[in-house]
Amino acid sequence: MVLITRKIEFAASHLYHNPRLSPEENRRIFGKCNNPHGHGHNYTLEVTVAGEPDPVTGMVLDLKELKEVLEREVMQRMDHRFLNHQVPELKGQIPTCENVARVIWNLLDPQIKQGRLHRVRLYESADLFADCYRNGANVD
Amino acid sequence: MLIKSAAASSYDPAEKGRSSAAPLRERGVKVELGRRYRFAASHRLHTPRLSEEENRRVFGKCNNPFGHGHNYVLEIRLSGDIDESTGMIANLSDLDAFVEREVIEAMDCKSLNEDVAAFNDTVPTTENLCVEIYKRLKKFPGARLERVRIQETSNNSFEYAGE
Repeated sequence: MVLITRKIEFAASHLYHNPRLSPEENRRIFGKCNNPHGHGHNYTLEVTVAGEPDPVTGMVLDLKELKEVLEREVMQRMDHRFLNHQVPELKGQIPTCENVARVIWNLLDPQIKQGRLHRVRLYESADLFADCYRNGANVD
Repeated sequence: MLIKSAAASSYDPAEKGRSSAAPLRERGVKVELGRRYRFAASHRLHTPRLSEEENRRVFGKCNNPFGHGHNYVLEIRLSGDIDESTGMIANLSDLDAFVEREVIEAMDCKSLNEDVAAFNDTVPTTENLCVEIYKRLKKFPGARLERVRIQETSNNSFEYAGE
């Protein structure tokens, strides 16, 4: 099995707020991230697909197709958007790194036609990221 | 896994066990949170169990009696349910405070040999540092520590995921 990883970057804003909690609790739990006007990040997304290289093309999957999937499913949905208000898949969820990674996994998984989606790693900053991967997968 | 602070809040405690990650988990997909921290410390690789000459041969430059330092990058990975109320595996400010107390305060700008009790009798290689930091962070109550990775330089890194 060979793993192939493609990286993209997008910029988006978000805020952490749970309407079921009081304003004080929101401030206590979410701190600065509860600022009602939101704040933004440059997200880096690494998408890893696992598979066997095709004997004819030598490819696990056609990278051009993966690029198009990422453009359609992630960039067009999330780049330069306010995640809380403009991404329907995140409606009713706090757009933490964990939840955004999970939503991206769910968007990409059915779109990978060659090979199998292995891992989604979403960096919110250089020091914070979330991983989604299949249980038992060999992750670096 | 609920963070302690949220359990005491006003939303319905019956939802405590509910996790929005459940459907993914049922499909065999796992979510982990990764966080990086930085600290600078000095160390000297030397063991009294070997002769001076053997120490020099085994540890080379790292056996310099005055020690030397590194900018360590610590990467930790945590797993647990994504709390539906907060969207988080672990509350980052709780996690940061815990790591600050257990690792950064104890090790940043310190001599690992002299200032960290665990290394009084153990060689502070980065392998051993991984194990020591894993032991300290395993006690974090908010989520499950999966692994510790320490980058000693941009060319060297070590990883420990428990026994």
